[in-house]
Amino acid sequence: MSGHLSSEVVARARELVALYPHPRSALIPVCHLAQEQEGWLSPEAVEEVAEIVGLEPAEVVGTASFYEMLRTEPVGTYVVSICTNIACMLRGAYELLEHAEKVLGARAGATSADGMFTLEDVECIADCGRAPCLSVNYRFFGDVTNERFDALVGDLRAGRLGDEVPAHGTLVRVRRDGGLRVDDDTIAAERRAASDAAAQRAASRGSGAGQAAGT
Amino acid sequence: MAITEAPRIVTSRIDYEDSHTLERYLATGGYDGLRKALAMAPEAVAAEVDAVSLLGRGGAGFPAGRKWSMLRKAPTTYLVVNGDESEPATFKDHLLLERDPHQLVEGAVICAYAIGASRVFVFVRGEFALGLERVQQAVNEAYSHGALGRDIFGSGFSVDLVVHPGAGAYICGEETALLESLEGKRGFPRIKPPYFPASIGLYGEPTVVNNVETLSNLPWVLVNGSEQYNALGEGRSTGTRLFALSGHVRNPGVYEVEMVKTTFRDLVYAPVLGGGIPGGRDLKAFIPGGASAPWFGPSQIDLPLGQDEVAAEGSMLGSGSVVVMDSSTCIVRAAWRITRFFWRESCGQCTPCREGSGWLEKILRRIEDGQGRESDLDLLMDVCDNLSPGVSWPPQQTTICVLGPSIPSSIASGIRMFRDEFLVHVKDGVCPFD
Repeated sequence: MSGHLSSEVVARARELVALYPHPRSALIPVCHLAQEQEGWLSPEAVEEVAEIVGLEPAEVVGTASFYEMLRTEPVGTYVVSICTNIACMLRGAYELLEHAEKVLGARAGATSADGMFTLEDVECIADCGRAPCLSVNYRFFGDVTNERFDALVGDLRAGRLGDEVPAHGTLVRVRRDGGLRVDDDTIAAERRAASDAAAQRAASRGSGAGQAAGT
Repeated sequence: MAITEAPRIVTSRIDYEDSHTLERYLATGGYDGLRKALAMAPEAVAAEVDAVSLLGRGGAGFPAGRKWSMLRKAPTTYLVVNGDESEPATFKDHLLLERDPHQLVEGAVICAYAIGASRVFVFVRGEFALGLERVQQAVNEAYSHGALGRDIFGSGFSVDLVVHPGAGAYICGEETALLESLEGKRGFPRIKPPYFPASIGLYGEPTVVNNVETLSNLPWVLVNGSEQYNALGEGRSTGTRLFALSGHVRNPGVYEVEMVKTTFRDLVYAPVLGGGIPGGRDLKAFIPGGASAPWFGPSQIDLPLGQDEVAAEGSMLGSGSVVVMDSSTCIVRAAWRITRFFWRESCGQCTPCREGSGWLEKILRRIEDGQGRESDLDLLMDVCDNLSPGVSWPPQQTTICVLGPSIPSSIASGIRMFRDEFLVHVKDGVCPFD
């Protein structure tokens, strides 16, 4: 299965894999990258991601589904994430969320009928100095009043924030400038160490079989 | 008010519009600390850092120098920077990542040199899109400036740095969960022992995991020396520290103040800091160190901002986030919201946390909605006791990581400090603040 992700995305994904001593480490960065294409991880994208990092598709979904930012279902062009955690709640976040639901015509967790906005009620996004705050496609806006929210939605609808708020899926616009600069011997040594450690762990798990683990 | 004249160590250049650029960084003494470090033996750099009481700024407060000294000797060693700032109301690393990324890169390379790391991974919270871009830009600039990569500043020391985005999971701030995530897996905290990644860390290799703010202190320490650093603060809490102040204050924000010499009162009320509570309302309670920390009341407002001083009063300075709640705050709602956070963010590995958080959230919600029973107060404490026997501080451990046993903090604080307010909700069948 290939050809779904653009050749540019695949090339960049392979560069990411080369950054790590163990290819699986690149899984989350590659998922972010794959999301740039459609805004979410479609089954087709998952298959290609799996091939790139050397996993089964089920392993990709099994990991991706743990993380809020990795989407296994389509989302709107703009993901509006309103923080309602303690610092924002004390400064009116739930009132803002209620207003946003009315304005966008979508409850928290849902997407507006025109497919433009997905509204989320999220945990602390670490901008509490400007509470209540929200992010649109992970770009932050603080001290949000109902009026400012309306203006923001107007700007987004009119496409006035194209530079500031890229389409959903594009997380980082600054690319790593070049590859590894440390010599190949170091990288080879890291890879050897990683596989030795994995083998050692597997061996010690084998000898400890039957012991209770965890809670 | 006793606001000290201490220098700003990690926020010295954030007032510049272009504080994130290499140009500004070099114009303000940037990379001088690294040059100085590279002229010393790695052991001497480690000794200099060990000589300062640099308590980890991520939440646990473990001395950075000691963490480094615990590293198992092995051919391959990693440094992982924990930039997964997600503790509710903590927003100081977010600031450092966006506004002074070179300072972090410099601190990370100093650490890598001291511990002999071959590779640095900077794990940045995924939601910090601008932070990720700024750090990547700084890394690119550092490579072309010769501060990263092969033969740094002609010293013969080489190290690579990879910026790694998270993907939205509070638990990945826990260092072993972070390592799992960095290995491309679900962010499940690892079973202890081994307690420290210093012996078995990333890919099973010895690994130092340090917080963004912790490492951002290093350039200053190298340039100015451990003596000057230790002259600030008191006891084990030396230097300055970033405090993220939020909630009911006039000027919420991140403030860098001298430890111990500054008090919670200074932070909340000083005109140049929090500026007091708006509307002349009274202080009801405050959280001294993140959502996991037990709450304090007005009688503890004069406590100094010091790790051991706060611990002695039964809470923690934790991640350095202070949330102020004034007299208009519904305590039940506040406790419910924090509990809801833990319920949503529990990784699900351990039964007490996975199940307990959900039940606590439901019970608190029904009290807030006016459907509670008087017996719910005992029920809440009983569930808390199952999460952490005795519901004391520091909490007894029942789970793989400390997230679970932190859940009772807000509930136990709420009930112990404001029992009557819970009872009014039950008796009146409605929230008195609605």
